[in-house]
Amino acid sequence: MGRYIVQRLVLTIPVLIGIMLVCFFLTRLSGDPTDLMLPTNATEEARAAFRSVHGLDRPLWEQFVTFFGKGLLGDFGASLRFNQPAMSLVWERLGATSELAAATMAMALLIGVPAGVAAAYRRNTPADITIRGVTLMGQALPGFYLGIISIMVFAVWLRWLPSGGRGSWLNLILPAATLAFNLVALIARVTRSCMLDVLRQDYIRTARAKGARERTVLWIHALRNGFIPVLTVIGLQIGLLMGGVVVTETVFSWPGVGRLAIQAIYARDFPVVQAVVFTFAIIFVFVNLVVDLLYAVLDPRISYN
Amino acid sequence: MSLSPTADAAEPSPAQNRWRTVTRRLFTKKAAQLSLAIILVGFLFALVPSLLAPHDPYAQELTLRLRPPAFMERGVPGYWLGTDQLGRDILSRIIYGARITLFVSIFAVLVSGVAGVAMGLIGGYYGGKADAVILRLIDIQLAFPLVLLVIAVVAVVGPSLTNLIIIMGLSGWPRFARVVRGSVLSVRNKEFVEAARAIGVKTPRIMLQHILPNVLSAVIVYASFDLARMILLEATLSFLGLGVQPPSPTWGGMISDGAKYMSLSWSVSLSPGIAIALLILAFNILGDELRDALDPQISDN
Repeated sequence: MGRYIVQRLVLTIPVLIGIMLVCFFLTRLSGDPTDLMLPTNATEEARAAFRSVHGLDRPLWEQFVTFFGKGLLGDFGASLRFNQPAMSLVWERLGATSELAAATMAMALLIGVPAGVAAAYRRNTPADITIRGVTLMGQALPGFYLGIISIMVFAVWLRWLPSGGRGSWLNLILPAATLAFNLVALIARVTRSCMLDVLRQDYIRTARAKGARERTVLWIHALRNGFIPVLTVIGLQIGLLMGGVVVTETVFSWPGVGRLAIQAIYARDFPVVQAVVFTFAIIFVFVNLVVDLLYAVLDPRISYN
Repeated sequence: MSLSPTADAAEPSPAQNRWRTVTRRLFTKKAAQLSLAIILVGFLFALVPSLLAPHDPYAQELTLRLRPPAFMERGVPGYWLGTDQLGRDILSRIIYGARITLFVSIFAVLVSGVAGVAMGLIGGYYGGKADAVILRLIDIQLAFPLVLLVIAVVAVVGPSLTNLIIIMGLSGWPRFARVVRGSVLSVRNKEFVEAARAIGVKTPRIMLQHILPNVLSAVIVYASFDLARMILLEATLSFLGLGVQPPSPTWGGMISDGAKYMSLSWSVSLSPGIAIALLILAFNILGDELRDALDPQISDN
């Protein structure tokens, strides 16, 4: 296990370098970074001062080495808008985003998995057909549209829930539900097809034959194996979920990392943008490592030794 | 003028036969018909908007602002889906908006398709170091929250039509490359490829003439799904104000405008979203149906 983790961490090094390269060149895509970060009417002296403070007058490779070394430690420089390190701005908002992500995952799993199990158990019934319909809808409706429609219905029209901001758990419902919508359908669909496979296996017949209760067979014996592919899907969806977070937080004015990123992009506050991109990529790599390790926990046949 | 009798009597080639089977399978399924109909309407909107739109999409009628659809209480006849905050006809703006959405999405899919197919062919055919590098590149790109990256890059280089197409296109190549690479691996050691190699056919020609046709159906199926994804991405970008700039009508931009006037009128945001959803749904269903129709394993009965 330990060796496997080390191997996996070594494999992430090229990925990390790639991520840093993209972050680095992001501000240099349009040529001179001073054009991006200073107001258009900045004087030539101001530009020169900015260049020497930020090392932009050094050779490109030297700039990258400095950027890489500092970036690995989470130092992307000070935000241009707030007089504060960019990474600390990200850290401050990570809590709100984690709260939203956790609520989304919980909602998606608590609805998606049982729905998928039920659909597999009662194949070709209305429940089954509904899940397929919702899956197609989930793929077709843009997250921001879903968010706006739900604000329109539940906040403006029915006045049941707040339309945005962070506060009580009531504020969490609409953004989490918007983000979870896609995921619920996907998880239900994957759970369904895996459970269909698992329920045909011999060991399920054995469990029934030895007199285990149907509920135990379904939720304990079958689901344990049926859940593994769901885990893979969750790992792969994290990237998509992060994109969703950016849009959903903007729609619901949720004070998280995603909204910070959009605001930073509008304000051309690139150190913050770089810090967010880097943080998201690290989280993605880390979550996928955890997912890999969880396989071994769920399926004793998989071992990394 | 008439064709020679021998040409008429000739057996259709296997390729023609296969093409016929595929189209027959596709056109006889209800779901495929429906999705093709939606896509056709979308293309008509995009190609001849001036013939279909009841109003000028830029014309402002300030006395008729934020009106609901024509059949509603305060609706105005002739403005079928109502008007926006500047009194512009929503239906006409949706019709004109189809042009930008489809134009950007189709070209973005072309860019990602060409780049992805090339990378996939090279990686799958040569294997070894080239393959390892390409796989690593795919890993790196898939490790990014794509939407955020596209937004950031567009913000840096500016949201012109060409920039949007290139950036959206480059965001999609890894998926194409994966699909193609997998298919290439499964055919590269087949007899017909070995035979071509044995008689001295040059590598680029083997790739383009012998391998590409065999992976093409996978590419076509994937392109349909990718079009749906690009339409979503374009809508998201224009919703965030980073797509084609106003006053050009974009579906995402219309939803974003409508959101600001939500408490006064619900129809401004609602209808362009339905247009987006229908088009995405159509391309997703078409992809599913194409996969079935192109699959030689599934028999007609």
